[in-house]
Amino acid sequence: MAATGDPVLEVRDLVKHFPVTQGVLARRQVGAIRAVDGVSFDLRRGETLGIVGESGCGKSTLARLLMALERPTSGSVRVGGREITRAKGAELKQVRRNIQLVMQDPYTSLNPRMTVGDIVGEPYEIHQDVLPRGRRRRRVQELLEIVGLDPDHADRYPHQFSGGQRQRIGIARGLALRPEIIVCDEPVSALDVSIQAQVVNLLGRLQQEFGLSYIFIAHDLSVVRHISDRVGVMYLGKVVELGRDADIYGRPEHPYTRALLSAVPVPDPDGRERRERIILQGDPPSPADPPSGCRFRTRCWKARDVCAQQEPPLQVRPGASHESACHFPELYPVPRPY
Amino acid sequence: MTGITGGTPSMLPAWGGGAVPRNEPLLAVEDLHVEFATRQGAVKAVNGVDYTLEAGETLAVLGESGSGKSVTAQAIMGILDTPPARVTRGRVLFRGTDLLGLSEENRARVRGRRIAMIFQDALSALNPVFTVGWQIGEMFRVHQGASRRDAERRAVELMDRVRIPGAARRLHDYPHQFSGGMRQRIMIAMAVALEPELLIADEPTTALDVTVQAQIMELLTEIQRESGMGMILITHDLGVVADAADKIAVMYGGRIVEHALVHDAYRAPAHPYTRGLLDSIPRIDRKGRELHAITGLPPNLLDMPPGCSFAPRCPYRQGDCAVEAPPLHRIGPTRGSACHYWREVLDGSHG
Amino acid sequence: MSSAAPPKGAPPKTRRARHAKASGRGARTARPAGLWRDAWHDLRRRPLFTVSAVLIAVVLVMAAVPSLFTSVDPYDAAGCVLGDARQGPSAAHWFGTDNQGCDTYARTVYGARNSVLVGLGTTVLTALAGGLLGLVAGFRGGWLDAVLSRVTEVFFAIPSVLGALLILSIFRTGTVWTVTLALAVLAWPMTFRIMRASVITARGQDYVVAARGLGASAGRLMFRHILPNAIAPLIVVSTINLGVFIAAEAGLSFLGLGVQSPDITWGLMIADARARFHEAAGPLLFPAALLSVTVLAFIMLGDAVRDALDPKLR
Repeated sequence: MAATGDPVLEVRDLVKHFPVTQGVLARRQVGAIRAVDGVSFDLRRGETLGIVGESGCGKSTLARLLMALERPTSGSVRVGGREITRAKGAELKQVRRNIQLVMQDPYTSLNPRMTVGDIVGEPYEIHQDVLPRGRRRRRVQELLEIVGLDPDHADRYPHQFSGGQRQRIGIARGLALRPEIIVCDEPVSALDVSIQAQVVNLLGRLQQEFGLSYIFIAHDLSVVRHISDRVGVMYLGKVVELGRDADIYGRPEHPYTRALLSAVPVPDPDGRERRERIILQGDPPSPADPPSGCRFRTRCWKARDVCAQQEPPLQVRPGASHESACHFPELYPVPRPY
Repeated sequence: MTGITGGTPSMLPAWGGGAVPRNEPLLAVEDLHVEFATRQGAVKAVNGVDYTLEAGETLAVLGESGSGKSVTAQAIMGILDTPPARVTRGRVLFRGTDLLGLSEENRARVRGRRIAMIFQDALSALNPVFTVGWQIGEMFRVHQGASRRDAERRAVELMDRVRIPGAARRLHDYPHQFSGGMRQRIMIAMAVALEPELLIADEPTTALDVTVQAQIMELLTEIQRESGMGMILITHDLGVVADAADKIAVMYGGRIVEHALVHDAYRAPAHPYTRGLLDSIPRIDRKGRELHAITGLPPNLLDMPPGCSFAPRCPYRQGDCAVEAPPLHRIGPTRGSACHYWREVLDGSHG
Repeated sequence: MSSAAPPKGAPPKTRRARHAKASGRGARTARPAGLWRDAWHDLRRRPLFTVSAVLIAVVLVMAAVPSLFTSVDPYDAAGCVLGDARQGPSAAHWFGTDNQGCDTYARTVYGARNSVLVGLGTTVLTALAGGLLGLVAGFRGGWLDAVLSRVTEVFFAIPSVLGALLILSIFRTGTVWTVTLALAVLAWPMTFRIMRASVITARGQDYVVAARGLGASAGRLMFRHILPNAIAPLIVVSTINLGVFIAAEAGLSFLGLGVQSPDITWGLMIADARARFHEAAGPLLFPAALLSVTVLAFIMLGDAVRDALDPKLR
């Protein structure tokens, strides 16, 4: 999974506010849900960037922005050097070949009225010039084989397959255009435990085989650690910490990251009585009305006055190994890496 | 059943009564079979489940979708839709009384009062048109004949107990005005309102974020410690089991394939499926390599393979596995494994 | 629905079946089938469907080739003998005769054609107009949707008999075609709303998002992804509506607003027989019975189709 230098995806100051409107006749905007609020990162060739965070942190909106399924309020997304946020028509279609999506729910992400062969072959119908018509059926069968399905099942319908098999079909569809980047939005969380590992392995294998770069969005921290080279932690629309996987899991600097990691139940009962747990109080605030300054301060045990006044930027702080957005980062490693 | 009169003490020991025979477990499920009638035929959802639970104990029932873990719980609660479901065999002994043999009237007296249940989806388990205070208070009004004011006062106490901030203020709010974690607390409050002896928690934290999951699990274990109730924790999360359970029962294809004390099961699993699940957890030392994955697919309940239902996916499989279903072999006093080759699995000699 | 058809060049059935058994990675069920074919398979096993389908088939044949059922041509005035008026059932006149001495059975048989034509015509018109507008409005949203939705609300506010009266008075004479048009104008808002609602549901589905992510055009999204998944409610309602329109035509003709004599429709027959009902019940009861059975058959068929298409029962 060695990532080589040049970035294939550059995200700068990405912002998405969903307007909240009121009124029956004249709709006026009374506020905004700040789903993504200033996110920047690079993704390099062959690299996997994990994005973790809880529901409402903006990670799914981020995925849709990267896929140009939503237009951002401001900011820029460059895929292979090309700006996609303002691209339209043929230009947008061209960029889409380079970035594809694998969705969470394999039961809803495949059109139930289409055969598997038609689903996996649809990218070629849309991008007619990629592959001559006569070679498409053969190619679809190859793709099915690559993701571990029987190519002779191309004329079956999605409901004849299990969840794990359907997710493979979704992955085959994502691979069809030979993209450089695949955005995986919770790709295993809807699957049975015994199937998750199969799909994680498949994604890892495909990455090596095709030199793919992944944005791997998930709430399962152990899966993210397994597959990611770098990890970004999101809270209320912002990246609060970004670093190599070993840093994030071994030396988390942001208090939220520490709380998040310590909340994950460890699948080992030995020593559970002595395990230190940071149990956060309450729920995350609403993204429609985030706290001033640092957004985590309302639940943070280290918060002081400055946290309410000044928003901490995401940067490498003195003595730190990686970027975090906290005025008072923790600078010691955790006793036992999560 | 002729249970027309109020109390039938001979059939059901009174609330916390001293008449409980010694060595009678809180709950004993024996050889339970449940089938569902579908258009495609009978789905054998539960095929002979046995487990026992003592007061104060937490039993984790681990399994994936279709393993029968929730159906078993619903059979214990008596909330299966019949039809299409049908309990074809078995007993559910609650303090020595077979719940399956009780009249619906007597069963309703147990349900909610002595055995309570919480679900994964709190929003659909709560009634959207009543305030949460009213719904919690209803437990006291209906089951204990409390007055409206009294019920309200106790509802506030309960909401405080499950740590809903500003309980008195939020009494008159509706379920949709609460976050997922708070709704789960409300459901827990309703479940423990009448101090049940047994709480069945069916995937209580699956829909929640990790930090909220930690809050809810902490709350559940604390309530259990204080009240001494028994708890059946149904989950697919190996981490949650390791954190909270005393005993574990692993289900696969409608059967218990392994049951053990939780420390024993994690240290050295005795069934290939348990072993496969534990091995497939991503661990630091396997980073950058393939995870141990269980191959193949879960069994089709309409068309169960003959013999051991895990055999098609099992690395320990031998010729007889496809022919003869293994019984639940007894391994020591607290342990059992439904595998012909449990010794090999326990040794970890290969696989 | 094109998506339900097997893809071009699909291997023959036997080969697929063999693979289902041979492959260890086999899919869940061996029977290769799309949802439409599943629904059809399921439908055929429902008694409700069989009964209603047989009844409808009989009515349709009656409408297409009435001479199969009777050798009497009621449009031929020579067949009616005034002296035989209002006779009870006999070997010569199975259902008796009406006020003009015409054979009630023959007239009932010949009346089927106009009723079925109005029913089918209105259904096709409403399904096409309401369905297409609903598809576009639901998919596009925005001002187009707002305008169309307001327009349908206006139509819903018009009492239907009054509306039909207004529209038919524009044409001055009632024929099968003007009645069809009048009913369609009044009924399309219903199919519009049903289609729009199910398109809005389908539009947000993950597979539509996935197709957008691939760069699919609006036409492809609408006709390949959304329409096949959103059309089931329209089919169900259209089936039921067919019966309702037949009843509506009878109602309008009964009121004298619809098809006019000398055309024969069940509604006209009932209207004609009403005045002398106490002397001869047959000329009213027989067309009324056939009308009821036909309407009921379509409603039963709609019910059966709904059950077969309901994915929750699957």
